[in-house]
Amino acid sequence: MTAMTDATVPVTTRTLRDEIIAFAVMAALLVIVPFTGIYPYFVMQALCFALLACAFNLLIGYGGLLSFGHAMFLGTAGYVTAHALKVWGVSPEFGILAGIIAAAGLGVITGLIAIRRQGIYFAMITLALSQLLYFIYLQTPFTHGEDGIQGIPQGYLFGIFNLGNPTILYYVILAGFLFGFLVIFRTINSPFGEVLKAIRENEPRAISLGYKTDQYKLLAYILSGTLAGFAGALKVFVAQNASLTDVHWSMSGEIVLMTLVGGLGTVFGPVVGAFVIIAMQQYLAGFGQWVTVIQGVIFVVCVLTFRRGVIGEIAHYFRRSL
Amino acid sequence: MQALYAQLLVGLINGSFYALLSLGLAVIFGMLNIINFAHGALYMMGAFCAYFLLNIAGIGYWPALIVAPILVGIFGMILERTMLQWLAGLDHLYGLLLTFGMALIIQGVFQNYFGSSGLPYAIPDQLKGGMNLGFMFLPIYRGWVVVFSLIVCIGTWYLIERTRLGANLRAATENPTLVRAFGINVPRMITLTYGLGVGLAALAGVLSAPINQVRPLMGADLIIVVFAVVVIGGMGSIMGSIITGFALGVIEGLTKYFYPEASNTVVFVLMVLVLLVKPSGLTGRTT
Repeated sequence: MTAMTDATVPVTTRTLRDEIIAFAVMAALLVIVPFTGIYPYFVMQALCFALLACAFNLLIGYGGLLSFGHAMFLGTAGYVTAHALKVWGVSPEFGILAGIIAAAGLGVITGLIAIRRQGIYFAMITLALSQLLYFIYLQTPFTHGEDGIQGIPQGYLFGIFNLGNPTILYYVILAGFLFGFLVIFRTINSPFGEVLKAIRENEPRAISLGYKTDQYKLLAYILSGTLAGFAGALKVFVAQNASLTDVHWSMSGEIVLMTLVGGLGTVFGPVVGAFVIIAMQQYLAGFGQWVTVIQGVIFVVCVLTFRRGVIGEIAHYFRRSL
Repeated sequence: MQALYAQLLVGLINGSFYALLSLGLAVIFGMLNIINFAHGALYMMGAFCAYFLLNIAGIGYWPALIVAPILVGIFGMILERTMLQWLAGLDHLYGLLLTFGMALIIQGVFQNYFGSSGLPYAIPDQLKGGMNLGFMFLPIYRGWVVVFSLIVCIGTWYLIERTRLGANLRAATENPTLVRAFGINVPRMITLTYGLGVGLAALAGVLSAPINQVRPLMGADLIIVVFAVVVIGGMGSIMGSIITGFALGVIEGLTKYFYPEASNTVVFVLMVLVLLVKPSGLTGRTT
């Protein structure tokens, strides 16, 4: 049985150096975006999804757990942040905090349930749990059902940064993304991350070595959900609404697709994948349902011929780890 | 009481579809080690196939009940030959991703041509009207769906658990290499198994066409409920899938009567409870 990702390249100090260089290049490119004339909302949206995909990738790429319900973290944090900002009138930092706490709580509850089964069942359980939440959000009054929460005030972050200004908002979102990315990067390269990889490769062996694998998997799941929630909270400031689309199973599918296109289990793959998919949706917006068909085709092509993804292929070609 | 019986009947009908679909998923998983995410889309194709047969070729309900599952089953076998077979030996999760992609393509194409609204499909003349059972009024078509689904489910169970073909199939599930050594063409058997599972889904689609209308997304939400059914029942046992399917349909029907707000979520809540009490599912065998 071949695992979902094949880490054929051993991690050495050299690969760590490659990753740091790649990170510096990525950060530099993102910092200059406002000066290039690229539509900032497109990049902000892509950054939120990139963080979401990175959080998802932490679970599948390093823990071997495929969550088909990650939209529930995006949507839950989005709703809570939006509600806190609009109805409670809190400042942005507390709105984001509320969203993150909600996502973390959801991670604990759903994690304790989903972690009881492995592999394919885990995917089906997370999908079913997110569908359960979808129906709950459809019916509870605070989400405003089909309309969603709209017209959310952006406010002043820490009382100084005016998030109504696109450039300031852009750098705040970028800072949030880079922070989340570094948390994931640090996690992957920590002893905790090494144990996760060991569990992915051979769980019985990890158990025999004395690791309580369920606890590791649960912690990875909660961390992943919390960071996905962070992405959802940031997205509220970009989209200025929170709606049922963010909790729907098709959103969970898009998260999987972004990560698959970029490269499962690669550090930078989900970022590339998110930009590719968001750009595609932007350019093909006029084609209606054909976008769904094209996404399906990308899924099929990726699984059949391109399982390493963009970054995975590049890394494989140069025999580096990215 | 009338309303209660009516909801019980609706529950039994939904249960029939859960049973037919989860049965197909279990059969496919046993042979191919793939969770067929396209199952809902293929169920929808069954309904559309019946609709096309009627409106283009003038072929009515009764022939469609046989022709539609065969046509969609052949379509399924083509999918297996051209795509799914290349996943042998890879992680199970790739099968889920591939079939998810196939579902998006199929549903997207149908949505492009038919939008999201429902197309009507008339109940065949022989099954129109209803019977007064004394305690409730039974629409004949709905009674027929429940009885016929039950017969098909039991028939499938018999085919797999009690015939020589089924014995070969179960043997190939356990140890394909050894079965091949006995001169049995296992790849062909895998293709036929996928066709059988897909055919069952398409049959459920034809049965549901007169009740639920024919819609491109009719299978999209259904498949997620069926996944929950499969998690509850486990995929180790054919009979387990059938019983769990019907039982959950009935529970859902009862919920519609006693607490309608929870009717969408009750199956998922039950899944959570089962996972908390008995993580391996009701039939107990994990894979």
